[in-house]
Amino acid sequence: MSADSVKRAEGTPDEPMPFAELGMKQDEYDRVKEILGRRPTGSELAIYSVMWSEHCSYKSSKVHLRQFATKAPKSEALLVGMGENAGVVDIGDGWAATFKIESHNHPSYVEPHQGAATGVGGIVRDIMSMGARPIAVMDALRFGAADAPDTRRVLPGVVEGISHYGNCLGLPNIGGEVVFDPCYIGNPLVNALCVGLLRKDQIKLATAPGPGNKVVLFGASTGPDGIGGASVLASATFEDESHAKRPAVQVGDPFMEKLLIECCLELYAADVVVGIQDLGAAGVSCATTELAAKGTGGMTVDLNLVPLRDPSLRPEEILMSESQERMMAVVRPEDISAFMAICEKWDVPATVIGEVTDTGRLVMTWDGEVIVDIPPGTAADEGPVYERPYQEPAGQAALNADTPDRLERPTDLRATLLRLLGSPNLADKEWVTSQYDRYVRSNTVLAQPADAGVLRVSEVMDGAEPTTRGIALATDGNGRYAKLDPYAGAQLALAEAYRNVAVTGAKPLAVTNCLNFGSPEDPEVMWQFAEAVRGLADACRTLGVPVTGGNVSFYNQTGSAAIHPTPVVGVLGVIDDVARRVPSGFTGEGLRVALLGETREEFGGSEWANVVHGHLGGLPPQADLEAEQALATVLVEAARRGLLEGSHDLSDGGLAIALAEACLARGVGATVTLNDDPFTGLFSESAARALVAVRPEAFEEFAALCAEHEVPCYGLGLTGGDALVVEGVLEVPVAELRETHTATLPALFG
Amino acid sequence: MSAARVGVVTFPGTLDDQDAAKAVHLVGAQAVPLWHADHDLKGVDAVFLPGGFSYGDYLRCGAISRFAPLMDELIPAARAGLPVLGTCNGFQILCEAHLLPGALTRNASLHYVCRDQPLRVERNTTAWTSSFGEGQEIVLPIKHGEGRYVASADTIAELEAAGRVVVRYVGNPNGSTNDIAGITNEAGNVVGLMPHPEHAVEELVGAPSTDGRLFFSSILKKLVNA
Repeated sequence: MSADSVKRAEGTPDEPMPFAELGMKQDEYDRVKEILGRRPTGSELAIYSVMWSEHCSYKSSKVHLRQFATKAPKSEALLVGMGENAGVVDIGDGWAATFKIESHNHPSYVEPHQGAATGVGGIVRDIMSMGARPIAVMDALRFGAADAPDTRRVLPGVVEGISHYGNCLGLPNIGGEVVFDPCYIGNPLVNALCVGLLRKDQIKLATAPGPGNKVVLFGASTGPDGIGGASVLASATFEDESHAKRPAVQVGDPFMEKLLIECCLELYAADVVVGIQDLGAAGVSCATTELAAKGTGGMTVDLNLVPLRDPSLRPEEILMSESQERMMAVVRPEDISAFMAICEKWDVPATVIGEVTDTGRLVMTWDGEVIVDIPPGTAADEGPVYERPYQEPAGQAALNADTPDRLERPTDLRATLLRLLGSPNLADKEWVTSQYDRYVRSNTVLAQPADAGVLRVSEVMDGAEPTTRGIALATDGNGRYAKLDPYAGAQLALAEAYRNVAVTGAKPLAVTNCLNFGSPEDPEVMWQFAEAVRGLADACRTLGVPVTGGNVSFYNQTGSAAIHPTPVVGVLGVIDDVARRVPSGFTGEGLRVALLGETREEFGGSEWANVVHGHLGGLPPQADLEAEQALATVLVEAARRGLLEGSHDLSDGGLAIALAEACLARGVGATVTLNDDPFTGLFSESAARALVAVRPEAFEEFAALCAEHEVPCYGLGLTGGDALVVEGVLEVPVAELRETHTATLPALFG
Repeated sequence: MSAARVGVVTFPGTLDDQDAAKAVHLVGAQAVPLWHADHDLKGVDAVFLPGGFSYGDYLRCGAISRFAPLMDELIPAARAGLPVLGTCNGFQILCEAHLLPGALTRNASLHYVCRDQPLRVERNTTAWTSSFGEGQEIVLPIKHGEGRYVASADTIAELEAAGRVVVRYVGNPNGSTNDIAGITNEAGNVVGLMPHPEHAVEELVGAPSTDGRLFFSSILKKLVNA
């Protein structure tokens, strides 16, 4: 059966097309007709419907996201900014790092294992397509209540999917987050981050220049997986051929992806790639339109040449398939044989499916007939842009007025500490992280539960000069804070990730973000989104760290109940001499313990209010960005001078949890004294604070450094012994802390 | 004197090959990359079969790798005395190739597990463990989903009687019979280990131990003295 051709479309201008079933609005469809001067063919409709979807076009978020560019701080480190597959940052000595975080939320709810696995696979291909070797992954995860039955279905599957895919790729998993909150039931968040390394002069871009150059599709063959709307299209247009029951979640093959990584790196080294793009959401549609739009402007593709796993696939389905582990490259004709030989060495199938042209048109054929003939930029870059209405949620003022002041303060602080330490959000996450390989590639300096993952930059590629440098990465986000104040919540997420990088001794350089929200069609959700973006953009400017890329995930809601607004922020930093990284926690006995930063009575959105009172109200802690910056300056400089033996960020659960975790890191106790109200001192979640362990003889120099940068530094006591002692307040043996901390997740998940 | 040459094999899906090459280099030997599709051992003095998911672990861990062209060369050479160490997936391949008895099956927990594992070196007279003290307790990372060693009762009895259990877990992480973490062939030149010595060779990175270095210095000592 022949496909719906351009010729046929011209002859049947009034044939109804299933644009609504493909999620396209009437005015969007009218615009496609206007662009083409006729009705689109089925294949053209497939392309426009996926490229103009919220996921691919950012049509609801674009007007807000522009602030990341307009408010961007000046940064000499930024080599490639937003708009490419991932941002690239100069980390010195000729090296560059590329990193990005992306959501795979909805698939991970439907099919946790494959959803999460292909989330890892997708972000890794983004990093590969920049010309980099992927070197590590991290995951920021959110689940419903820890004891909810559906969490027991979703969490083990998600963890297993990440574990299986990431471990098979040989990428160390060096950090991330696991957070439980009832708001995520039915809408778990799976945000996967990947970081890669490359030489500064080896950046690859998604572009297809040079008429006559060949378009090569390589990697896995194309199957019917991940086709959302295409089956609608196919069955609506061709009634006798129903593919309605196709799986909507993609299925991953990490083995093929590992081969693709090694194959791509060899292709880059041989200099036989002009432009490259991974196939993610919207598959061939996205890769061809984006490559063509950024290149000479035109491309011809023979869709019959696409290798298929299922020979019955229609062209519309081939265009929309999200089959994993596929890449598209633009290759000079004289390099084709070298390109193919490298693919063959790695057992990676590769097929020339088209050619770059200078016609300004993307033309595709099927059985000799033209089925697509469009200006590629109209699909890739000129999608609809919406200025969605937004308004502050009706209950926001009441929520902010319901402060934690009314909550009863505890009398037994020992019991409070243990209750928090064993609560699912603060408990040890080893049940999850022990399923991830954190050692492969032999460059892991710090990994979870350290505040940030730290990697040595070393021997990644042949011929590169040795360097002492390292990179640090952390992701953070607090949906409870953001619910109370999305502007401040986004800033606090950035501040925490920034601080987590700095406590290892690395200087924060750049930002990636994954913005997880409810429906943009709900003005109250849109307000949360607009506020969060504004807050994040402002904070990035103040802290001098540009956003390099990221991802927006809308529609995280069931019925009218949206998740807490959850901006997850990743920060990448660099440390000049990685041997000077500061380990997490108390690393030995007899060290001076100091608290850096100011503690205020701040319990809005705190873990104490959450765990003990089930309360969410008031305002989150103040985001004091100048204080964050000063603190980071002190931490980085102190690490450089070798003054710190250990450090730890203060965040959820305040000083009490930070002290307990610092003791648990190496099983070293501590005795400390608090001057003011011990409850506030121990459990307030004021930002811009860190705990440090300093050799006694270095303390004077360290205190002077703090004074120089106006960072408050309070000596609390000394490390040592086998208990955490807060003089006159509480004493808990480290063994008891450990038992409480480690028992929770195994008891919940087996 | 030219440096001892240790071959490091790469199959499609091998992951720890660079790590192994680094470790070989650290103890002063030369790492020689060996490619699965070549019928060529490049005249190396010993071979390291690293971990990973060769051929995606499809069918069964190591089941496809044993038929790789390189294995046609490696199997007879190992039988003739070439020192071979297989770790993790390398151990699985050695079992599939019948250079070592038994099999590695799914962990009792049914989960992949990555952790710093206490171990005891039970035999320090193999080609790969001579630098250890007898009964020395060490820490190496383990990271596997299928590391539970099983074999027939007769085979286990034979391994135990002949002192062919090289390394035992202290605190069994995966349900292995008799806490077995590593074994050797009768001649002591072929050793299979589930733990990863190549991830415990430097202070700065990897596991909080450098005990892994002694596996590499053992083979270097043997080759230099040969």
